[in-house]
Amino acid sequence: MKNTSLFQAKVMNDAVKQSFIKLNPKIMFRNPVMFTVWVGTAVMLFVSFSTLFGATGQGSFGYNFTVFVILFLTLLFANFAEAIAEARGKAQADSLRKTREETPAKLVKSENGVVKSLSEFTSPHNQHLTSYISIIASSQLKKGDIYLCEAGDIIPTDGEIIEGLATIDESAITGESAPVIREAGGDKSSVTGGTKVLSDKIKVVVTTQPGESFLDKMIALVEGASRQKTPNEIALTILLAGFTLVFIIVCVTLKPFADYANTPITIAAFISLFVCLVPTTIGGLLSAIGIAGMDRALRANVITKSGKAVETAGDIDVLLLDKTGTITIGNRKATNFYPVSGIDEKHFIKAVVLSSMADETPEGKSIIELSEKLDVKGEMKKDISHLTTRISPTFVQFTAETRSSGVNYNQTRIRKGASDAIKNLVEKADNIFPKEITDRVVQISSNGGTPLVVSENEIVLGVVELQDIIKPGIHERFDRLRKMGIKTVMVTGDNPLTAKYIAEKAGVDDFIAEAKPEDKMNYIKKEQADGRLVAMMGDGTNDAPALAQADVGVAMNSGTQAAKEAGNMVDLDNDPTKLIEVVEIGKQLLMTRGTLTTFSIANDVAKYFAIIPALFIAAIPALQGLNIMNLHSPESAILSAIIFNAIIIPLLIPLALKGVTYKPIGASALLRRNLFIYGLGGIIVPFIGIKLIDLVVSVFI
Amino acid sequence: MNTEILGIIAMFTITLLLAIPLGQYMAKVYAGERTLFDHVFNPLEKLFFKVSGINSKNEMTWKQHLVALLTINLLWFLMSMLILMNMSWLPLNPDNNPSQSADLAFNTTISFLVNCNLQHYSGETGISYLGQLWLMFLQFVTAGIGMAAAVVIFKAFKEKSTTQLGNFYDYFLKSCTRILLPISLVIAAILLIEGTPMTFNGKDTIVNMQGDTVQVSTGPVAAFVPIKHVGTNGGGFFGANGAHPLENPTYLTNMAEMFAQFIIPMAMVFAFGFFIRRKKFAWMIYSVMTVGFLMLAVPNIIMEMKGNPAISAMGIDNSLGAMEGKETRIGAAASGFWSIVTTVISTGSINSMHDSSMPLSGMNEMLAMMINSFYGGVGAGILNIFIFIILAVFISGLMVGRTPEFMGKKIEAREMKIAMIVALAHPFIILVGTALAAAFPSVGTAAISNPGFHGFSQMLYEYTSSAANNGSGFEGLGDNTPWWNISTGIVLLLGRFIPIIGPVAIAGLLAQKKFIPESAGTLKTDTATFGVMIFAVIAIVAALSFFPALALGPIAEYFSM
Repeated sequence: MKNTSLFQAKVMNDAVKQSFIKLNPKIMFRNPVMFTVWVGTAVMLFVSFSTLFGATGQGSFGYNFTVFVILFLTLLFANFAEAIAEARGKAQADSLRKTREETPAKLVKSENGVVKSLSEFTSPHNQHLTSYISIIASSQLKKGDIYLCEAGDIIPTDGEIIEGLATIDESAITGESAPVIREAGGDKSSVTGGTKVLSDKIKVVVTTQPGESFLDKMIALVEGASRQKTPNEIALTILLAGFTLVFIIVCVTLKPFADYANTPITIAAFISLFVCLVPTTIGGLLSAIGIAGMDRALRANVITKSGKAVETAGDIDVLLLDKTGTITIGNRKATNFYPVSGIDEKHFIKAVVLSSMADETPEGKSIIELSEKLDVKGEMKKDISHLTTRISPTFVQFTAETRSSGVNYNQTRIRKGASDAIKNLVEKADNIFPKEITDRVVQISSNGGTPLVVSENEIVLGVVELQDIIKPGIHERFDRLRKMGIKTVMVTGDNPLTAKYIAEKAGVDDFIAEAKPEDKMNYIKKEQADGRLVAMMGDGTNDAPALAQADVGVAMNSGTQAAKEAGNMVDLDNDPTKLIEVVEIGKQLLMTRGTLTTFSIANDVAKYFAIIPALFIAAIPALQGLNIMNLHSPESAILSAIIFNAIIIPLLIPLALKGVTYKPIGASALLRRNLFIYGLGGIIVPFIGIKLIDLVVSVFI
Repeated sequence: MNTEILGIIAMFTITLLLAIPLGQYMAKVYAGERTLFDHVFNPLEKLFFKVSGINSKNEMTWKQHLVALLTINLLWFLMSMLILMNMSWLPLNPDNNPSQSADLAFNTTISFLVNCNLQHYSGETGISYLGQLWLMFLQFVTAGIGMAAAVVIFKAFKEKSTTQLGNFYDYFLKSCTRILLPISLVIAAILLIEGTPMTFNGKDTIVNMQGDTVQVSTGPVAAFVPIKHVGTNGGGFFGANGAHPLENPTYLTNMAEMFAQFIIPMAMVFAFGFFIRRKKFAWMIYSVMTVGFLMLAVPNIIMEMKGNPAISAMGIDNSLGAMEGKETRIGAAASGFWSIVTTVISTGSINSMHDSSMPLSGMNEMLAMMINSFYGGVGAGILNIFIFIILAVFISGLMVGRTPEFMGKKIEAREMKIAMIVALAHPFIILVGTALAAAFPSVGTAAISNPGFHGFSQMLYEYTSSAANNGSGFEGLGDNTPWWNISTGIVLLLGRFIPIIGPVAIAGLLAQKKFIPESAGTLKTDTATFGVMIFAVIAIVAALSFFPALALGPIAEYFSM
């Protein structure tokens, strides 16, 4: 899925074939600008044959037929642009479809509504239970069916694991070769059709109707079958249709004007003038730009449920980002041990290590890591292992009530926890909670750290400082977003003091501290009430309402089915910073349309100066003064103009597919830049192009 | 420097300096704030509202505004037909002028109703004083209508999100009483001092220097002429319009009349800025208009002052400029300047014969009306440029990668559809009208007085002037025939009401939408960059639609000279 070359042989072949198929007037009719060109081309075919059979006054057959061929090429080029954009997606869709069609599914039959548990299938004594499994085609699976997947199986369709755990290779969808773990319950329970189970066994309930699975949607999407015009695309089509109508009026009324001036104009000249004036460049590339936008999202490994979502992403004002994984690397890490004065540092560290030995949380592990780093000579490790062989410690798990964890052995009780929890513990035993520790705790918190106080037999030993590590380069990304006019909001469960520190350090504009799921929802609603568009990323079931409420909700592929359904995009890489790329893709999409529209319309100035003198020079030699390009003859001028008009389309296909580069330099500066390149460029380029073509064409005339 | 040029610069500067405070005053009037003349106008307006049973505090939606506007226009239409077709026996007809035929009355009524004043009759012989007074009434109220429609747009962008856009009758009446009337009175005073007649007596008899007895038409001219300019109507009391010595006797009255037509369209732009509290935005629009205006006016002044090379070639002194069809008391420079003032602003009064302008001057005059938004008519100028702003916002919004927004409101398919229809209507009615006239020589081209390119320009000018609700003529066109009366009548109607209904509808739709606060990604619309964008849109739309037609008319004429 990561092919980056724009034109591949197979894709090219498909696209060429499609460009002819798309000549069908029923398909052409969807694009009003190109449809008028289609009509013009048909008329030219008729005219050139009528000249062949003796019609006079329309110029030679050769000239008329050349005009016809060029117009025909114009149509083909426009179709080709759309076809190549579609074909690139289709190549991916085909390989996806292949996997789906050939996948068998192991349907688990229920017995009076009861399904055997996974262990019964696994147990070697219950071989006969395989009779409870029937092999069917994956396309026959219905929503609610339960299927079994073992190592080596391809997952037949989207579902949610109801039992078991497995490592899964999702490279077919994400292109990422590292396997991921999916397990029942929690936020990582969903599996996607087309991916492969590498180890273990899982029981999965089907969550989508046949034909509606993620894979189906993706195929439909990349093939462009389910593509609907986006709001901006509709508005732009209206604008272009309007311009087309203006030029229909201009060309039709020119007939009586010319008759009045005794200047006969050939049909070929009329149609050439019309085709040159209508915005064929943008008309031909418009749908390609739209498809390419979704395609670019796909290449960034983001599946969008509609083109509208990509477009909306470009308009986003507020971005809600989870702190963990987005702004900071993974989890907090222990960075410092602060023993209280009077306590030996080694003793303190030893106590900390002992209390964390059974602590499987990332924080706990980081404490061990830090201690090992400090313990250069390995003395302490030896000490501890020596100790643990002599004692039988009982570990105290963290609970929400005690808000501390620790270890008991012999007569020693070591506790590690939030400062107020330990303070409670210490003061209950009539011991003093040292002021030194209180100060340290405040200092750590205000520096964005999390303090963990450690006590031994209800006497405070010291404080462990845990710190968030802010991702390198994230500050620059937020700066870039700010320049785009997007406000970033960090969502975190931390206390306000810590949150504020990290927010400042990372450069986000706002934060929600001690966030509960409904806080996200309320924040989104509040921003939306002020008229802003909000984007967010989420994975858990409790994110689903907020994902649905947000204007752009990006669900992680590893997330729950509920989250994936609620959002309007799915990020296959599970990369929370992906939103930033999505926003840029959205902006690029709009910009590409805008700039090419400008370019297309600006081109008309030069085309006028080529064609208008050519139309009238024969009867009104005085109008030679308008022939500022000094084109060779009326015929060569008209041919040069329509040739330029035709070849500019394929020349711009790469730009349409890649998109105009977005630069966060402020809207006015961006407008100046694009107006200069595509507006002024659009006026100048055709003058040069038409003149050059005329030099060549005049050799043949 | 040439005093003629100095006169033009002085006139332009004085107008600009006065337009800013007037704009501020107008913004206050429309916002219902306290103003200087409250104690005069409050009781007067209360009386009007009491008699008519209108509650001026009753706010309207955009649709209600349009219903009120169209209904009152229909009423005036019927009254006008009645008066103009029965003038011969009605009072105030000392010169015994005849009633108008149905098609001429239709054309006259429509053309005054739409603030255009395309006159297919001559004031001296074609209308009674009662008719003149009625037309004067229309000159006041139709200007008021245009201003009221523009204020609906002002109001739509003042509030964050609303459907209530003020009371139509309130805007309309205040425009007439508090803005048009006082300025007209001042101009009338100047005209009276300079010798413009003000009488209800019939023709005056004088003995000229050759000893012949001549009947000279007079009438309530000093009352009529000010509002013809202040309301950017342009319909002359006499056939020769502003070139007639009794309508425009001196260089001073010429300046006063130019000032009169300039002042409200300019002040309207500033009023917009003051009203929505975006002065920078007003200056941006003003700059776009001024640059456009100067690009048309300066070449015209130069071309007219240079004179006609064909005449120089005959060995005739041409140093005064191209004086054919011009008044010596006004001169080539001021005539050239006026010819653009009166065409960019949809006044259409003339002080020289545009038919005799140099070919490219004639083209500029037509371009001014084809664009119709460099200042533009009272109210209409704002309505017209609003459409170009919407188009510019849309294209430039896409170019910066954001759904286009104007004043915090998203421009979507529906607004684009309306904007495109309005933008299309103008070239459509001009080109189709001219094409029909060119295609049927018996009715169309039979009227033209010059063959060839110039004759084509005459036809094109007539329809352009009608569509732009300008009302000036290239003259030399025998236009009082059923064909011209009816076809231009239809063009006038479309050219007036489409550009009122469309922009008011867009503004109403946008006003209902949710307000989106500005961010760094929002394209600011009060910058020079955006001004360039609007200018480019205007230039391209006008140039692209009319270039072939102009090539066959004035451009061909120029190159064959």
